[in-house]
Amino acid sequence: MSAAKKKSNTEDYLRMYRQMVRIRTFEDNANQLYLSAKMPGLTHMYSGEEAVAVGICEALKVTDKITSTHRGHGHCVAKGAEFKEMFCELLGKEEGYCRGKGGSMHIADQSNGNLGANAIVGGSMGIATGAAFTAKLLGTGDVTVCFFGDGATAQGLMYEVMNMAALWKLPVIYACENNGYSEYTKTEEIAAGSITARAEAFGIEAHQVDGQDVLAVNTLAQKLVDRCRKGEGPFFVELMTYRYHGHHVGDINREYYRSKEEEQDWKQNRDPIVRFRSWLVSEGIANEEEIEAMNAAIKDDAAAAVEYALNAKYPDVSEVDMHVFTDVEHALA
Amino acid sequence: MRNITLSQAVNEALAEEMRRDERVFIIGEDVAEAGTPFKVLSGLVEEFGTSRVVDTPIAEPGFMGIAVGAAMTGSRPVVDLMFGDFIYLIMDQLCNQAAKTHYMSGGKLNVPLVLRTNLGATRRSAAQHSQSLHALVAHIPGLKVALPSSAYEAKGLMKTAIRDNNPVVIFEDKLMYNDKAPVPEEEYLIPFGKANVKRSGSDITLIGTSSMVQVCEKAAEILASEGIDAEVIDPRTIVPLDEEALLKSAKKTSRVIVVDEGHQSFGITGEIASRINEKAFYHLDAPVLRMGAMDVPVPFSPALEDITVPTPEGVAESARRLVAGEMIHAA
Repeated sequence: MSAAKKKSNTEDYLRMYRQMVRIRTFEDNANQLYLSAKMPGLTHMYSGEEAVAVGICEALKVTDKITSTHRGHGHCVAKGAEFKEMFCELLGKEEGYCRGKGGSMHIADQSNGNLGANAIVGGSMGIATGAAFTAKLLGTGDVTVCFFGDGATAQGLMYEVMNMAALWKLPVIYACENNGYSEYTKTEEIAAGSITARAEAFGIEAHQVDGQDVLAVNTLAQKLVDRCRKGEGPFFVELMTYRYHGHHVGDINREYYRSKEEEQDWKQNRDPIVRFRSWLVSEGIANEEEIEAMNAAIKDDAAAAVEYALNAKYPDVSEVDMHVFTDVEHALA
Repeated sequence: MRNITLSQAVNEALAEEMRRDERVFIIGEDVAEAGTPFKVLSGLVEEFGTSRVVDTPIAEPGFMGIAVGAAMTGSRPVVDLMFGDFIYLIMDQLCNQAAKTHYMSGGKLNVPLVLRTNLGATRRSAAQHSQSLHALVAHIPGLKVALPSSAYEAKGLMKTAIRDNNPVVIFEDKLMYNDKAPVPEEEYLIPFGKANVKRSGSDITLIGTSSMVQVCEKAAEILASEGIDAEVIDPRTIVPLDEEALLKSAKKTSRVIVVDEGHQSFGITGEIASRINEKAFYHLDAPVLRMGAMDVPVPFSPALEDITVPTPEGVAESARRLVAGEMIHAA
């Protein structure tokens, strides 16, 4: 693990660990809901990439904004969302963050600055840049982080908005989660040249960081967020990480595009939670019993939230034409 | 009352709203010093500066996406899309993002955004700078669509659009920028979803949108000289649509022609005709007629282009035959 301030930041470290475990636990439960046919539709697991979302979001304030992706549960949890409203949304229930209208791929949590996941790959890059535009126009001091995958670097929108963000010095950080795969295809087959060089071509300072090291991610994120607030943005970060599951929960047989050995290697040797846990113990920040107790509490929380969501009610059918427009209660009335 | 051009009317609406609300800004290609190719925005950058009249690179999806994000976070962007034809470039940001955000978030996020662009052929600009594509947008739930028919409407609808908390698309007819109309000095807004009866009549209803309102008015004058009393209605907005006013007129006159500059097939004329058929069928003495632009890409040659759009003479001729009880079949 990278050098850090150690014991003076005990609470921060424990919160980071807790948030990573919350994401993994959320995803394990979501996967089970899919496998047991209790969840409508599909979902995309964030497991393996926890240090990226947590390392970055721990550097942000509540009013700072993020935009998320189809693989968005991790960002949502890391930015402060609650299990209950998230599971309700995954199950299409009225108490979900979006009253069941968005589902897994569109969870938004405005109260914590999460402008929403997006089911169009690269679709939120304009939104993130626009959020940064508002920060500059209205002088709010907020920073926006745009999460996207390596696959999204093939979309043209990214280059249009990075160009404008650089021209106008907008407080936005483009966070490219390079998990090695663009859906079912290796990144090297879809991305020519260097990913960070794409940003550098616009004069945007770009960094590459080990996305399995939450402290490294957090240390870099804190620096870049501070500099964004001072008007030194935009920035670009490529976070090297790995997706434990398939492209989505139904992508089970994937040996045609990657080997089981490769997956095992990442899980056994580079898992962000295992690595951070052993660091916490070796630094004397927490002992094994405390960590196990934390894990167990999170597991219980998730189980209770799942149970609640399974029993929660669906929105009334009268809601189907609500929220089409802000000023019309029922659009089809 | 003074007469001003449609251009000046739009310019005044934007200036007034930008003075009233500092969150309002304009973003698009050559909107600042150039004031757009049609010079609609001349003078605004001098008053509001480049932070609120924002010139962009030629990157329509990019600046449209930025506007969506800005709108979601407390700004009120007015996006300037130089030609309506470029709407194809921004479809994801407009239809997948702006239109759906309020709904997908269960009502938590708003996108108070105005997209101002244009429509209209006969400017000798060929097929990629002459289209009238408002039907594409009107098809998508979550977007409001306004079609001003004069300088008066252009100003009042623009001010309403800027204050609306939903994404609104305004299509101005690019051939009308220099057309003058009486516009009050004092402030006024025109509500969405309220049609305007431009001319009262009893024999036939002519429903026109945008510049087709003038076409209908001219047709009504021709018909009046022949003793046919035509009513002319301007819906002003097609989303929301003042169905009640259109049905009321249809029931009164029993004959309706719908005139719009979008392609005739799968368009606005068909939608309005269908609603009248569904809800006023037993009051009708003739099938509701559609008159849209020909279903061809807009041709360059004046000899070809001029015959692709509805004309006063063409509308009058169709009206004459409907009133005479002739069955009309589309060509």
